[in-house]
Amino acid sequence: MVNENLVKDVVKEPYKYGFVTDIETEKIAKGLNEDIIRLISQKKEEPKYLLDFRLKAFKKWQKMEEPDWAGLGYKKIDYQDIIYYSAPKQKKKISSLEEVDPKLLETFDKLGIPLTEQKKLTNVAVDAVFDSVSIATTFREELAIHGVIFCSISEAVKNHSDLIEKYLGTVVPASDNYFAALNSAVFSDGSFVYIPKGVTCPMDLSSYFRINSGDSGQFERTLIIAEESSSVSYLEGCTAPMFDTNTLHAAVVELIALDDASIKYSTVQNWYAGDEEGVGGIFNFVTKRGKCLGKRSKISWSQVETGSAITWKYPSCLLLGEESVGEFYSVALTNNLQQADTGTKMIHIGPKTKSTIVSKGISAGNSINSYRGLVKMGTKAAGSRNYSQCDSMLIGDQASANTFPYIKSQQPNSEIEHEASTCRISEDQLFYLQSRGIEFEEAVSMMVSGFCRDVFNQLPMEFAAEADKLLALKLEGSVG
Amino acid sequence: MQSQMKESDPILQVENLFASTDNLPILKGVSLTVYPGEIHAIMGRNGCGKSTLSKIIAGHPSYNITNGDIKFSGENINSLEPEERAQSGIFLGFQYPIEIPGVSNLEFLRVSTNARRKFLNKEELDTFDFEELVKEKLELVKMDHAFLSRSVNQGFSGGEKKRNEILQMALLEPKIAILDETDSGLDIDALRIVASGIKKISNSQTGIILITHYQRLLDEIEPNYVHVMADGQIIKTGGSDLALELEKKGYEWTDNLVKES
Repeated sequence: MVNENLVKDVVKEPYKYGFVTDIETEKIAKGLNEDIIRLISQKKEEPKYLLDFRLKAFKKWQKMEEPDWAGLGYKKIDYQDIIYYSAPKQKKKISSLEEVDPKLLETFDKLGIPLTEQKKLTNVAVDAVFDSVSIATTFREELAIHGVIFCSISEAVKNHSDLIEKYLGTVVPASDNYFAALNSAVFSDGSFVYIPKGVTCPMDLSSYFRINSGDSGQFERTLIIAEESSSVSYLEGCTAPMFDTNTLHAAVVELIALDDASIKYSTVQNWYAGDEEGVGGIFNFVTKRGKCLGKRSKISWSQVETGSAITWKYPSCLLLGEESVGEFYSVALTNNLQQADTGTKMIHIGPKTKSTIVSKGISAGNSINSYRGLVKMGTKAAGSRNYSQCDSMLIGDQASANTFPYIKSQQPNSEIEHEASTCRISEDQLFYLQSRGIEFEEAVSMMVSGFCRDVFNQLPMEFAAEADKLLALKLEGSVG
Repeated sequence: MQSQMKESDPILQVENLFASTDNLPILKGVSLTVYPGEIHAIMGRNGCGKSTLSKIIAGHPSYNITNGDIKFSGENINSLEPEERAQSGIFLGFQYPIEIPGVSNLEFLRVSTNARRKFLNKEELDTFDFEELVKEKLELVKMDHAFLSRSVNQGFSGGEKKRNEILQMALLEPKIAILDETDSGLDIDALRIVASGIKKISNSQTGIILITHYQRLLDEIEPNYVHVMADGQIIKTGGSDLALELEKKGYEWTDNLVKES
């Protein structure tokens, strides 16, 4: 069909973030063994408990098998062929942003994340992570006034060791899964957030992850703790250069919400996805989990996943506290030969807990886009409720969409609702919009945005606009 | 009858048009000329090619023109995209308006109206100005403001969908409007609302083509010309009395005309 090809043209995306920053880096040798782990820990001047944490995780990882249940097709990863620590060379101690290598500042400028005092984004504090290390965190003094701690996890290890020791690995234990174990052994940097009791974080916090090096993996670790009656909105963005090799990204994110606390975690993931033939791109194997520990606590995940060759990611909620709330809002767009296997796990443990899942998958080209989710009602989860809605949109006739909802209930006095649908952008719909003077590309993008609206409504303001733009860009044809 | 002298240039000229879909010929030499201010009715059995003719004029990609020309304001538009035709002032009112889930009716109407305004070198309207304009037009079709916040045509009744079509026509102010069975599926009240909407929108500068099966729409809007289509051709053209004759004699009468020709 004529239009079929047109639609395919429209979803071709020029990747704007594919440049490499030419900068001197300090890399350690390829490969993974105990010595490498000791070296990473030593470079970061870590306390002994953390080295032990890493080594224990490494031992577990060695006994584990790489999971294949998602049925993702990719060449076996050679874990000895990866560099586990890569950092841009810079002065040992940086006291202000002015001392950061201008090349790095320029890189983040180019990515739309200006860091310098004059240009930094208003109302959003940013932690910029470049390969294995955090480069800079803005608005730290302003946040400190409110008692909010926002820094790299390496710094937190040094300055807030008690919190790290108390919470690290309590939501995602090192033995949780293969990639979480790997991350626990070799994690290099990431963000740390602590919101004290009763504080509503005065601005959005944001981490921007940039992979620059082609042969090193990125293993960041994020930990967010929201004390009683506090709240925070956290945003995460990611990009990488275009390489024809695959880069492994195995992150772990842990969230902890105490009584009446609320954490909103939003991601726009735009790692390099590989080219049309599926060469190159990031392997995005991520474990994200939040623990609603306190009564009436709330954790809300929203994600817009457009990048990566392979995405394997299930931001989940453990609902322990009575009347705690878990939410998952997701848009995943795949094109060409991308594979996305994403969804969530809502584990209802405490009574009267509630969860909402809204997942929108859009598959174009030859891509595979799957929703995989688990809703579990434990024996004590009386009066708990879940609502799930999983919609798929197919563009073209080569793409595929799957939905794998797993439901386990051990509690008769609980409700689980699941709705699913699959649709296709039809020629008739396109013609209808075009016959009203609306350009073809705008028509496609209007329909895709419309399809995603329930999720976009959940994103923070700045992010919603960015997400819409990102999808429009993905949907932009070769013109212009 | 169409050869008589006119003061102005025609809006639409369809000249000996042949068209097919999936190699199946549907139109077999249709000619039709519409001048400003004229109302034409096209009648005929299901499958005679009426709807196809309207879709081809609007530029539907499923049909191929194998011979003949479509001219709009004297320019050949055979190869124009549907959106270009719409922007320049061709409007097709759909027999079955399409549902677009998730896209708000208000936003759709605004984007569409602005596409047309841009073509006319008129200032594009922001949400507030557009609200004002659309409020005024809603009156014409007696639609409630609540329709605007719903998804395009989704969950609309048959009558609401058709009124939404006329609302679009009112906003786009086309030079020619082709209304494909806008009357079908409407009860008497809805038909009156739609008909009066069409009458209010049409003026001495616009041309209208009504595709219909029934006399009852033509009781409300009297056409200047009635064309009868059968087997991909216009087999008879007359004044408004032709529709009455057709109503009396039925389509068997036209079947016989086809056989004779």
